[in-house]
Amino acid sequence: MTYTYIGKDRRRIEDPRLLVGRGGYIADLRLPGMLHAAILRSPVPHAWIRSIDATEALKLPGVVAVFTGEDCKEKINPCMSFGPATITQYPMAVDKVRYVGEAVAAVVAESRYLAEDGVDLLEVDYEELPPVTDPMAAMEPDCVLLHEEHGSNIGYERTFEFGDVNAAFAGADLIVEDTLRWGRSAGMPMETTGAVAQPGFNGVLEIYCNSLNFSYFVFLIAATLRIPSNKLTLKPVPAGGSFGSKLAAHKVPALAGFLALQVGRPVSYIEDRIDHLMNSDHHGCDRTYEARMGFRADGTIVGLDIDVVDDYGAYMQFGVGHHGNAFSQVVGPYRFRDVKYRLRAVVTNKCQQGAYRGFGSEVHNWVLERLVDQGATRLGLAPEEIRRRNFIQPDQFPYKIPGGNLYDSGDYPAVLDKALSMIDLDSWRAEKKRLREEEGRHIGIGLATTQERSVFSATEFWFLVEKPAFPLTSSPESATVTIDPTGQFQLLLHCQSMWGNSPETVGATVLAEEFGIPPESVNVRYADSAHALPGTGPGGSRYTAMVAGAIRGASRKLQKKLLHIAAHRLELAPEDLELVDARVQVRGAPETGLTIAELAGTAYFFALSLPEGMTSGLEESYTYDHPYTTPPAPDGSDLGVFYPIMGHACHIAVLEVDPDTGMPSFLDYVAVHDAGTIVNPRSLGGHVTGGATQGIGTTLYEELAYDEDGQFQSLTFRDYLIPTASEAPVFRIGHVQTPSPFTEYGIKGGGEGGRMVAPAAVSAAIDDALREYGMRVRRLPVKPATIVATVQAGRAAEG
Amino acid sequence: MTTSTAAKYGTARRAVTVRVNGRHVTREVSTRTTLADFLRDELDLVSVHVGCEHGECGCCTVLFDGLSVRSCLMLAVQADGHAVETVESLSANPAELHPIQEAFAEEQGLQCGFCTPAMLLRTKEIIDAGREMTDAEVRHEISGILCRCTGYQNIVNAVQSAGAKLRGPTAGGRD
Repeated sequence: MTYTYIGKDRRRIEDPRLLVGRGGYIADLRLPGMLHAAILRSPVPHAWIRSIDATEALKLPGVVAVFTGEDCKEKINPCMSFGPATITQYPMAVDKVRYVGEAVAAVVAESRYLAEDGVDLLEVDYEELPPVTDPMAAMEPDCVLLHEEHGSNIGYERTFEFGDVNAAFAGADLIVEDTLRWGRSAGMPMETTGAVAQPGFNGVLEIYCNSLNFSYFVFLIAATLRIPSNKLTLKPVPAGGSFGSKLAAHKVPALAGFLALQVGRPVSYIEDRIDHLMNSDHHGCDRTYEARMGFRADGTIVGLDIDVVDDYGAYMQFGVGHHGNAFSQVVGPYRFRDVKYRLRAVVTNKCQQGAYRGFGSEVHNWVLERLVDQGATRLGLAPEEIRRRNFIQPDQFPYKIPGGNLYDSGDYPAVLDKALSMIDLDSWRAEKKRLREEEGRHIGIGLATTQERSVFSATEFWFLVEKPAFPLTSSPESATVTIDPTGQFQLLLHCQSMWGNSPETVGATVLAEEFGIPPESVNVRYADSAHALPGTGPGGSRYTAMVAGAIRGASRKLQKKLLHIAAHRLELAPEDLELVDARVQVRGAPETGLTIAELAGTAYFFALSLPEGMTSGLEESYTYDHPYTTPPAPDGSDLGVFYPIMGHACHIAVLEVDPDTGMPSFLDYVAVHDAGTIVNPRSLGGHVTGGATQGIGTTLYEELAYDEDGQFQSLTFRDYLIPTASEAPVFRIGHVQTPSPFTEYGIKGGGEGGRMVAPAAVSAAIDDALREYGMRVRRLPVKPATIVATVQAGRAAEG
Repeated sequence: MTTSTAAKYGTARRAVTVRVNGRHVTREVSTRTTLADFLRDELDLVSVHVGCEHGECGCCTVLFDGLSVRSCLMLAVQADGHAVETVESLSANPAELHPIQEAFAEEQGLQCGFCTPAMLLRTKEIIDAGREMTDAEVRHEISGILCRCTGYQNIVNAVQSAGAKLRGPTAGGRD
């Protein structure tokens, strides 16, 4: 299928305003009489709050008020949560603090400077408790509890088995096993999360926020604030990046709303970088795996046995949805049918986990690919060969995987072949050998694949839980298309969707395709929650596929109306007409027709020229539900279809490691992605390079670290190392397009795959470079000190 | 309030005159006001984005007497008598972009736009220096500004494209 506008490199509609510095970010918003909040954060990981003395702070001129967790407890309800009901949190700590950085008190003042002065003057008396930092120790029966009401530090524990892993392993020729450790990182956008709340017209609380995309979650914020949901309007504000960190980041708008209601004036609360690092509520996964994989001698994978402990931090806002993501692609692109997965989700005195590009599936992919690589090495197979032998084949789709999810379509051999066609691995392997022998240099080649699940269904947030409190199944997206009286197009999006992705360009491109109008002519707007139709927003690489479905649905309704108006005016049957290039014309006689502008004039101003029963105007809305989701079985024997729009990627990294400093440097990097039909190749390429660079950060540099006493070690960007332009490799990008049979236009998501596969490819390349020293990357981030120590130990062993 | 308290809580004020984007402005500011907050809050130049407030992310980069500085690490009073340029000095009109902004649009050297004004100003500084650079040199030159969206590749392309346009059609430079 070829399209006029879809699939072409296109400048972004979003960019001109961003290029002149008018992005409209939350910190740019000023409301008359606006106050500013600053937060006192806990310096201790675990303690009872005995008292908070605000006397001196309140004496400071410019300080308006101080609020604490006690005020929250009295005046509002706990935060929204998909976790256990016995693990509750408030926007500020109530009774006890559970991690360094948790909010203890808020100072509201005439300026941010004065609010921070006020914070300095607060006196808190803590009664410290032993910190719980090691998730293994946290599970011991005598360990001090974080949540007394929950009765245990294990938030959730369950073992799933699909097939029979013991039987599969009994027939294996080789079983590899490993202990694998994935450290905490986070989306860490350059803009933090923020909200401005103001008591508005008719007693409606208005919250401007760069988060909380879920317009159908607004009522949960209202519930926290104890106000009727029709008295809360969330106003979407473009965000300066998210990568997960602004996905339903509910505490910031709830806190701003609470403060505004208390003082009766607009209040701005914008995280500073320290707030965000220690308390973003969206730290990424923090897991330790005992993992085994069985193989036959020819490299065929026979089964996977996972025992994972996930250090969730102090709260569990999204339950264990991160592992639902792992289940969506639990076998990767491979054919094996037997999987066992034991999950223990543990609470500790750290910031809670949230979302980060992959939402837990990226960790699973790294584990899977680490095991496949170990199997390949021990069986003497090249990494591309062992994968090729195990791929699900193109004629096997749609393919139901163990656990219940479905892969809609794919061509994994084609993606691998495309990647191999872009790089001469034989030459690199010869060069690697030559450089080692002649120059003593250490070159490594890593090849890895990933599934890229996209277009989530809401069941992923609860289906692992036996008795979910709120087992929602909807995750719709809506669009409203308006043709104004002069024939100009307005597109209204029903969520907060501008996070650095391209909702306006995507929307305008799809609308252009539907009507034959220039994409640049479309004006795109965002509905606030008071006007919004059901919308779920970006996340889980769903937005492009879902909004395209919504826009196409609305377009078809409008096209029908245009055809009927034209048919009435031309005294023809609608079936005799067609819409071509913004004009309704007679089939077979294209010289006879009416432009959209002419028809729009009729629709708005000449009611007596409309067909009988038709009303004036040209506006249609459409709500597009998830294209393919099924409910999970109550007993957990089948999790249902919940993430079926399945992309795929293959990355090949070539790097050199300096064995004496442990520093890797990239020599080549090939990234091939299949995201179905591509709307804008250059934008998808940007997601690939950006995502892969984040994946490299996760692998080599980034760590949100806590010491054993629970003190947070990553308070600045000097500690939390984001790759700069000097660390990022030069990527060579290839695309394969296997359209989805389930979505409009065959679009699949493509926002996360780069980060989901880069850690596996880079880990493999480091292993390959230093294999002679026994290097195996088993813990991320893999820091230079680890590499140097391994090399030195390897050299010592050689004597 | 006593003098010492005034100093501690920043109520001491001083007049500053700064040439901002070619225009002299005089304001009385608190002595503790950062240059970034002065530009944003006093002059409504909200293109100056504050990303970390500790001098690491570079998103608040402005040109100070033609050289890039992190405006979160300077005080407004330090700018007294100096010239500051923000991205509005290139173009503040989305319909009439400067060639550097145009190159970033064409190459998609941005996604969320938060680091973009800083990257554009740094690009201007690099190009104004007049020397053609390899891609690796460009990467080194922009590595003081963090971008979390792009992986930098399209930014490097945009810097090179803008440089080629503004310097004219001379050969070489790319690696």
